Amino acid sequence: MADTLFHKVWNAHRVRTLANGQTQLFIGLHLIHEVTSPQAFDMIRQHGWRVAFPERTVATIDHIVPTASQRRPFLDVMAEEMTVSLERSCREFGITLYTPDREEQGIVHVIGPQLGLTQPGLTIACGDSHTSTHGAFGAIAMGIGTSQVRDVLASQCLAVEPLKVRRIEVNGRLSSGVYAKDVILSIIRRLGVNGGVGYAYEYGGTTLDAMSMDERMTICNMSIEGGARAGYVNPDDTTFAYLRGRRFAPQGAAFDRAVAWWRQMASARDAAYDDRVTLDAGSIEPTVTWGINPGQSVGVSERIPTDADAEALAYMGFEARAPIRGTRIDVAFIGSCTNGRLSDIEEAARIVKGHRVAPHVKALIVPGSQEVGRAAEARKLHEVFIEAGFEWRGAGCSMCLAMNPDKLEGRQVCASSSNRNFKGRQGSPTGRTLLMSPAMVAAAAIAGEVVDVRTMLEAVPA
Amino acid sequence: MTTSSAAITSVSGRGMPLRGNDIDTDRIMPARYLRVVSFDGLEKHVFEDDRKTNRKPHPFSDMRYQDAAVLIVNSNFGCGSSREHAPQGLARFGITAMIGESFSEIFLGNCSVLGLPCFTADHDTIEKLQSLIEQAPETVIHLNVETGAVTAGALTFTASMPAPLRDAFVHGTWNPTAMLLDKFEEVRAVAKRLPYVTGF
Repeated sequence: MADTLFHKVWNAHRVRTLANGQTQLFIGLHLIHEVTSPQAFDMIRQHGWRVAFPERTVATIDHIVPTASQRRPFLDVMAEEMTVSLERSCREFGITLYTPDREEQGIVHVIGPQLGLTQPGLTIACGDSHTSTHGAFGAIAMGIGTSQVRDVLASQCLAVEPLKVRRIEVNGRLSSGVYAKDVILSIIRRLGVNGGVGYAYEYGGTTLDAMSMDERMTICNMSIEGGARAGYVNPDDTTFAYLRGRRFAPQGAAFDRAVAWWRQMASARDAAYDDRVTLDAGSIEPTVTWGINPGQSVGVSERIPTDADAEALAYMGFEARAPIRGTRIDVAFIGSCTNGRLSDIEEAARIVKGHRVAPHVKALIVPGSQEVGRAAEARKLHEVFIEAGFEWRGAGCSMCLAMNPDKLEGRQVCASSSNRNFKGRQGSPTGRTLLMSPAMVAAAAIAGEVVDVRTMLEAVPA
Repeated sequence: MTTSSAAITSVSGRGMPLRGNDIDTDRIMPARYLRVVSFDGLEKHVFEDDRKTNRKPHPFSDMRYQDAAVLIVNSNFGCGSSREHAPQGLARFGITAMIGESFSEIFLGNCSVLGLPCFTADHDTIEKLQSLIEQAPETVIHLNVETGAVTAGALTFTASMPAPLRDAFVHGTWNPTAMLLDKFEEVRAVAKRLPYVTGF
């Protein structure tokens, strides 16, 4: 049976076909946070429903949490109210919640994998579009809205339709200074921000095979930016090595049995795909967005395209055919569910060490979770950043979407390791975002403008 | 247990043309308005930043479209964040259906479970409908959910929608929770078969 992982996981979780033809799909892991769940709990209460499988839902506080001081009660009254609301709901329905006073707290897509909750072969849902991140483990992970959060709480199921599967194969070695972020930005540039609508993206090839779990998470995270609701990588020894010993991963002999099941969930060698795309890793260079969606990007040595979208150019204040290198920045942000993991911070530290942030730049580094922050501090990386003039913050979503006090002001330009350069995304209705890898953000923070990180890496020992 | 959704077989009302591809949910509902524990009042903030920063009047601020029920959009509408606050805001503003070139998948799913039908038609047809409403905003658009037949003045065409969503509207089962809870023993049976649920 030459099936893809997508179909194997789908079939294992199919409950039945509903009257309208949708599939009732069992959800193995439900992750929730403070922003998209309060109204769902209200709906559950209004109907007098129970939470069907409270042990299969895990909650955290990430979007609204302040990163300067996380002491409770938060100075931000609304942040405190939303936190209290989730605390009350989790207590009432018996759901585990990792609040900022617990060491497990962090961005929902960082802590799920870190705790070993995210595993191959699962269906995963969360009221957040970057749920696709968890596909890095060979899970089918989808973002949902609040009414669907209600459905999962009430029934542990979703009413959904199957996706087609597009195999995206990336082969070859990435050159120094080129990262997973550049790969996914290149994929979105090539296939478009709506190219993935109706598809799950299966990422593979020798480049993906060689990647760490952190790198695979960066790739899968941005599937939704290409229109694909889910993206995944088939589980392999890298996946299993990452999971071994994690708190909620199977332990002892059960781990070996789990590995056997995980292995056979991977796509068959001769699986049939609805579409195939191939990219050469060697052709990818450090990539930077110039526009107002993540598909509007160029390599750092390229110029903004001749036929660049007029609305995007007007918003950004850029001109067609202008080089992206040399664009002056005001803010540098390293963090988010895309690039807020330990390896991202380590790589940025390698660039920053021994340099100073340009005087006109405000630079912010926000670990994706408290665990990431602690691990970085144990390596004394926070000292590297603080000495260079970065602000070292507590864990949360922060300036990726600016629901907390971390915001752009006016028309500031931000070099950002996050995932979206939409108009107004970083908290100022006229703020401007340039998406790039954390290493490129670090380099831009020091130079005060967009530079090619490869020129800085030449001076850094590997 | 009863379902809380009623059958939606047709939608009629004035239109609002909203031009542009890849309009994301951050633009429809800026993140600062997600700092709430209820959806009440979100209609006040729909496209707030676009409405303030646009040089021309934004359709949502244009008095000619104040009573519009049918939003007419271009491609990949509602991309980006999964925030249901976006369609909730549109629905509370008074939008009861949308016709566009295409919709992002999460947005489409959110609209469907709110009872907000989203139809698609090709670029040229959408362009014609947008131009027609811009020239004659008082035109009433009639949408037959079951057949996809659209009439707006002299313009008639057939719009499409995935069959499962169409059937859910027509049969009043677009709010799926009750269906998902029906035959719950089957849900338990699937859970028991999954090795990670039983501990390998």
